[in-house]
Amino acid sequence: MSEIDVGLEVNGEQVRARCQPHDTLLALLRYRLGLTGTKEGCGEGECGACTVFMDGEAVDSCLVLAAQCEGRQVTTIEGLGRGWPDGLHPVQKAFMETGAVQCGFCIPGIIMSAADAITRRSDAAREEVRRLVAGNLCRCTGYTKIFDAIELARDRVARGEVRPEA
Amino acid sequence: MPGSGPTYPLATMPPDDPTPTPTHTVGQRLERLDARAKVLGTARYADDLTFPGLLHLKVVFSTQPHARVLAIRTDAARRAPGVRAVLTAKDCPGENLIPLVLPDLTLMAADRVRFVGDPVAAVVADTPEAAHDAARLVEVDYEPLPAVFDVLEALRPGAPVVAPPISGPAGHGGANTAPNLFNLLEVKKGDLAAGFEAADVVVEQEYRTPYQAHAYLETQGMTCVPEPDGVFAVYGCMQCPFYVHEAVARVLGVPRHRVKVIQVGTGGGFGGKEDVPSIIAGLAALGAWHTGRPVKLVLSRKEDFETMSKRHPALVRLKVGAKEDGTLTALEEQLWLDGGAYATLSPVVLYRAVTHAAGPYRWPAVHVTGHAVATNKVPCGAFRGFGTLQVIFALESILDELAERLGIDPLDLRLKNAVRVGDALGTNQALTESVGFIETLERAAEVSGYREKRERYRTWQEGPKRRGVGLGCLLYGVGLGAKGKFIDRTGAHVQLYPDGSCAVSIGNAEMGQGLRTVISQIAAEELGLEFSKVQTFDGDTSRVPDSGPTVASRATVMAGNAVRDACGQIRRELRAEAGLMLGVEPDALEVFQTWVRVKAAPERRVAMNDVIARAAHARRALTASGFRLPADTWWSDDEGQGKAYEVYTYATNVCEVEVDVETGESRVIALTAAHDIGRAINPTLAEGQIEGGALQGLGFALTEEVHIDQGVIKNPRFATYIIPTAMDSPELKAVIVEHPYSGGPYGAKGIGEPPIMGIAPAVTNAIKAATGARLFECPATPERVTEAMKAQGVAARDEVAV
Repeated sequence: MSEIDVGLEVNGEQVRARCQPHDTLLALLRYRLGLTGTKEGCGEGECGACTVFMDGEAVDSCLVLAAQCEGRQVTTIEGLGRGWPDGLHPVQKAFMETGAVQCGFCIPGIIMSAADAITRRSDAAREEVRRLVAGNLCRCTGYTKIFDAIELARDRVARGEVRPEA
Repeated sequence: MPGSGPTYPLATMPPDDPTPTPTHTVGQRLERLDARAKVLGTARYADDLTFPGLLHLKVVFSTQPHARVLAIRTDAARRAPGVRAVLTAKDCPGENLIPLVLPDLTLMAADRVRFVGDPVAAVVADTPEAAHDAARLVEVDYEPLPAVFDVLEALRPGAPVVAPPISGPAGHGGANTAPNLFNLLEVKKGDLAAGFEAADVVVEQEYRTPYQAHAYLETQGMTCVPEPDGVFAVYGCMQCPFYVHEAVARVLGVPRHRVKVIQVGTGGGFGGKEDVPSIIAGLAALGAWHTGRPVKLVLSRKEDFETMSKRHPALVRLKVGAKEDGTLTALEEQLWLDGGAYATLSPVVLYRAVTHAAGPYRWPAVHVTGHAVATNKVPCGAFRGFGTLQVIFALESILDELAERLGIDPLDLRLKNAVRVGDALGTNQALTESVGFIETLERAAEVSGYREKRERYRTWQEGPKRRGVGLGCLLYGVGLGAKGKFIDRTGAHVQLYPDGSCAVSIGNAEMGQGLRTVISQIAAEELGLEFSKVQTFDGDTSRVPDSGPTVASRATVMAGNAVRDACGQIRRELRAEAGLMLGVEPDALEVFQTWVRVKAAPERRVAMNDVIARAAHARRALTASGFRLPADTWWSDDEGQGKAYEVYTYATNVCEVEVDVETGESRVIALTAAHDIGRAINPTLAEGQIEGGALQGLGFALTEEVHIDQGVIKNPRFATYIIPTAMDSPELKAVIVEHPYSGGPYGAKGIGEPPIMGIAPAVTNAIKAATGARLFECPATPERVTEAMKAQGVAARDEVAV
């Protein structure tokens, strides 16, 4: 099968990559661009480990074809902290502080979903927080400290305690 | 000691210097060492690694549950584009064998396949796609054989023989002497007939528990890289680097120094990365051997689900007796574990099951008979809890039945019979210290509001909703115990640098539980260093001592003790140097926080940093190896008794459930879990284990079920095998109880497995309290709850009023 050429913006940089017509965005990121922070847990949109932002919205990158990404803007876990103090998005920092990380394999996906969620719903109560990350499976933590982390980040952002650097 | 076999001397701690009282790192909620890399996405897991010239391997799995392999036709696959090699069992340069308890597991099936998922061939190609396409061109001619899928049928005379009799190394869990019986173990205590004679009430019941899939988020993955010096380097996710090391050397037929295994980021294990990574590594190594290039094998989610190990389904027949006042008198149990097609770890899983069958209670008479049985299904191996969830579900369910018959509250029945220091377990093992069971009962009841809710929920209803609260208790033997002591040892290497920083290497694996962080905390405490000055490194088998597997909730205790051993040696040098600085004898000194001070005059002190700098300049030995054996254990198969494990943890779970009696749907509102873990080195990490294990336990209790039809797994994906999501996580309250163990680092006992173990009966006991219906099988799906209500003639309480 002949390869195709895709041009897109990834984490603020314009990139062009050769890929197979059947390659997913996940495969493009991991195997063509070497951005291995985005994980494959199932490859069929059931676990959320591959969550990235496409044009500012959280998507399962295993369900998006690379060919669909021409001209799109993609943000991965590697680019999420850009512009935030210490290179850490408030959600990333909160996950470290509350002990929300165990094996870490689901974490990039959950952090992307959570970052998306608190941007949209800065007033989300715990019940709402649950729903916002319900598409991301975690087998280690029981989610308790993940909820704590998201709420901590939500409150800090809502109170203006942490802002992107200029 | 009867039947004790060889005894093992304990490695002694440096006698001159007692461990300092925790002052600044042990017991603190310190941030994980790997948190930053994991939130940034820079932590590297098996599939994140790449190497120049990397090839990809695809496995051809058996499609038959039981068949003779007549021919494997690989010509078409060999000719496919991009294919570098197509390999079958005959291509193993060494032995076609993955060594575990019994020598029965082949890397690839040679002449007979035993389950749907047995590897029969492997295709190595330039890209994953080419390997995938070519694997479909491999044709296998099978002659189907009669298959058996049920444990009781498998033991009947004339049943198809899945596993012929075979011997393992003596004392290593036993040999299967009869067809399809991997092993049989008994526990015997007291006079059973007299026990039942003395009982006023006897309850007898049959229970079943299902398969459970580990469902770690990262599937199995390994890369084997042939290095220029003739060494095969293996990188991947695993719990037991030295198991993989032994397996790869065996398969390649090379001495073990020609193999090195490096564990990389491991995306969840839960027991599922104990034994089977040896198969994945063996296949990748075989590919690397034949092509001379790095070969990677990462399973798809479906392949992982269909072929990797599971929790043993169980059938339990249990009979218990008690006096009118609730005093337990006798327990009799028969247990069958469905081990699947190969023994893997079944013999030792059965050992843990039978030794835990009587729970943390005083029984004058016990007789447990356990069977690990072969069937033509996916092999079952290690899964967090290791044979205990099955017996705990039965025991904790029947204790509630007993309590009801006696008119005693389930909590009071447990309190009355709970073991204390000085009591003996069902194995007749005397408990000499660190028994915090009663405190877990009391704390869990208090924090959850058990008694008040028990009362309130008796009449609570809201439309079709009813509520109930239930208990599930357990004990857990820490470490490998008597049947695993032949591989039970740990080592550590500690190196202190002149600038006051420190590198620690251990042979046990970080798989998310936080081991490296805990080890750094212990080393920092031992050497008077800031936590940030200690880095604990992941294992590379060429550089760390064989420390046995990272299983059995043993790593904090075992690796922690080995690190203390090494640090104690270095501390002796530091005190000698500090003695010169302060003009006193070293014996008069102690390490306190980041200082060395005179015991009798604490204001006379020197900073540890200065001591280290001087000691380094004086060329003192600031590097040391530590080594530890566990406290001795023993087991007599003939007597059915022994000191099965060196020490036990204890836990009580209280679960609050809301059941919709019209749909049978159960929702867990709150779960309180109180665990006696001896000492929490890092309470945040310990809570993380409790919370995560509890939710896995809720999955086992409510939704997780592997459907197998004629040996074929019907639901090998997350859409059909339902693990708990964020929506299913109830309010989880983790309560840590600390009854220190003198043999553990700072009193620690271990926490990995117990959190999952007693959840299912807490849930079904709560469902019973809510609906009046008893479940004898989990998971408690809406169908099962509805059927149980119907079968037991339980009308929804206050139905008339609706």
